[in-house]
Amino acid sequence: MTLAHIVAKSLRQHMLSTIVTALGIALATGLLMAVWVVKSQSNKSFTGVAGGFDAVLGARSAKLQLVLNSIFHLEDSPGNVAWADFEEIRKHPAVMFALPVAVGDNYRGFRLVGTTTNLFTEVEISAGHKHKMSAGRAFNAGFAEAVVGSFASQQLGLKVGDKFHPYHGLLYDEKQQHAETYVVTGILAPSNTPADRVIWIPLEGLQNMKGHAAQAASEISSVLVKLRSAMAGKQLDTLYNKQGTRLTFAWPVAQVISQLFEKLGWFDRVLALIAWLVALVASASILVSLYNSMNERRREIAILRALGARRADIFGAVILESSAIATIGALAGFAVYFVIVSAAAAIIRAQVGVVINPWAGDAVLLWAPAGIIAMGAFAGIVPAVKAYRTDVAENLVPHS
Amino acid sequence: MPLLEIKDLKKTFTAPDGTTHKVIDIPSFALEAQQQIALRGESGSGKTTFLNLIAGILKPDSGTVFIDGRPMSSLPESERDQLRATTLGYIFQTFNLLQGFTCLENILIGMKFGCGVNRELAVSLLNRVGLSERLHYRPRQLSVGQQQRVAVARALANRPRLVLADEPTGNLDHANARESLALIRETCRENGAALLLVSHAPDVLAQFDDVRDLRELNLVTKEAR
Repeated sequence: MTLAHIVAKSLRQHMLSTIVTALGIALATGLLMAVWVVKSQSNKSFTGVAGGFDAVLGARSAKLQLVLNSIFHLEDSPGNVAWADFEEIRKHPAVMFALPVAVGDNYRGFRLVGTTTNLFTEVEISAGHKHKMSAGRAFNAGFAEAVVGSFASQQLGLKVGDKFHPYHGLLYDEKQQHAETYVVTGILAPSNTPADRVIWIPLEGLQNMKGHAAQAASEISSVLVKLRSAMAGKQLDTLYNKQGTRLTFAWPVAQVISQLFEKLGWFDRVLALIAWLVALVASASILVSLYNSMNERRREIAILRALGARRADIFGAVILESSAIATIGALAGFAVYFVIVSAAAAIIRAQVGVVINPWAGDAVLLWAPAGIIAMGAFAGIVPAVKAYRTDVAENLVPHS
Repeated sequence: MPLLEIKDLKKTFTAPDGTTHKVIDIPSFALEAQQQIALRGESGSGKTTFLNLIAGILKPDSGTVFIDGRPMSSLPESERDQLRATTLGYIFQTFNLLQGFTCLENILIGMKFGCGVNRELAVSLLNRVGLSERLHYRPRQLSVGQQQRVAVARALANRPRLVLADEPTGNLDHANARESLALIRETCRENGAALLLVSHAPDVLAQFDDVRDLRELNLVTKEAR
């Protein structure tokens, strides 16, 4: 029989209020951890999935729009780039590799991106790792063939040999179907990059699709660039952004994306503030439920004191009880955390193709529960003081 | 040296309207080790206050309570708690069992704050008071007589040198009261504990060789007569 045993009994006796209060704590802990992990992991993932490219060259526009359109396949294309501009940057000595991309069509909401077969043979999505096929082969240049990203194939139910008609525009509209028929020749293995949610076709296919402007045949949407060095980036930044006026050179990609997260920083802070407020309210509920229960427990406390329990024992038992409720809540908070982060990860993967792993370790998974438990212990102080002051003789037996 | 010695013990209470009421004024009282004394105390004679002063639950306005040579009334509160837990056993009129705990746990809690948890001893005490089949019952699952037996076992759990009993048979019928009183006296004797019992029931008092009248000991009630 220990103080912890006595506290455990008390928690069982007040099961309903223990569960309700712990649920509040669980919600706060889960929310806080989820907000933090989604923020830090998405920041890390977005800045780390440039698909092996350092920069994007596109029509004059905001760098962020250019990167979102070309790397993440979001947003509208800011305009086109002449084929000559592609040739010029491809031959620049500072450039290791350049890949042209063209957008403008979709298949049931998933973007068709026109490019060259170099995407599969030359591009390293991370050091030493190129795109791999989970089925079939790459498309042949000049043919109406397509390679489907893993997520897109899963969602669309496309497999090797399937045929489909593309739709005009970046948004799906069934009235905008093109006459051309494409055949799926390959499915990409999951790369955990935005490439997973794209249907890749030969560049010429997209340029020459019926219904596209004739000018499109000699233009592309943007150029994805791999540089030889950081100095090369500065050199091209000066060339295109400072000296030139027609094109925008978005470099470095990670920094451009970081700016997006900086702009969205207020949203994280609001979510974190909400989580802390929920934690505060949950802690206050511990305080109130324990404080109110002290009235009905006065006799119990007086009996314990009569049996020899010191005031400090009673004080400690109440603090232990409030800490135990907070601990139960904090542990249950991990379930809330996994539900929220799994849901957020599924949405982010579907929308952007970036993968967030709820099982990845993060310091917040330690300090957030610890902080909440400390708040819970702190909330126990007021009821503990009330218990500490309980008059033994008055609450034990009536005076005769 | 007596096990319990009281000198010039005084206690006054202040009513909510500010008036003061002197309840206890006992010049002297003593109890030897293993002695059993019954105190006759009518309602309002201050018997519970007297026992609470001895147990260190209340602090006197003046005077001293010595238990085994230690001045209970002038010790710091935490030491009073410790002395009470290790030296005294207290059987309350209303038993004061913890309702959320089983019979066995009630005994173990008494031990936890006293001489340390000894499960074997707790079980043997419950066996001794005839509750070997009720170890895991909660108080509300027991009859009044059985609850009182648990209270007796708990009072003896720390092998106290002195057992205080406040109207221990007040809530029992005649047959149960007689049986219970015999049990208290026997178990105290077996454990080498002295017994100070207060009651106003003539049949209870008749069981004791040494019966004192609290109204005579307490100058407050003595002068009021």
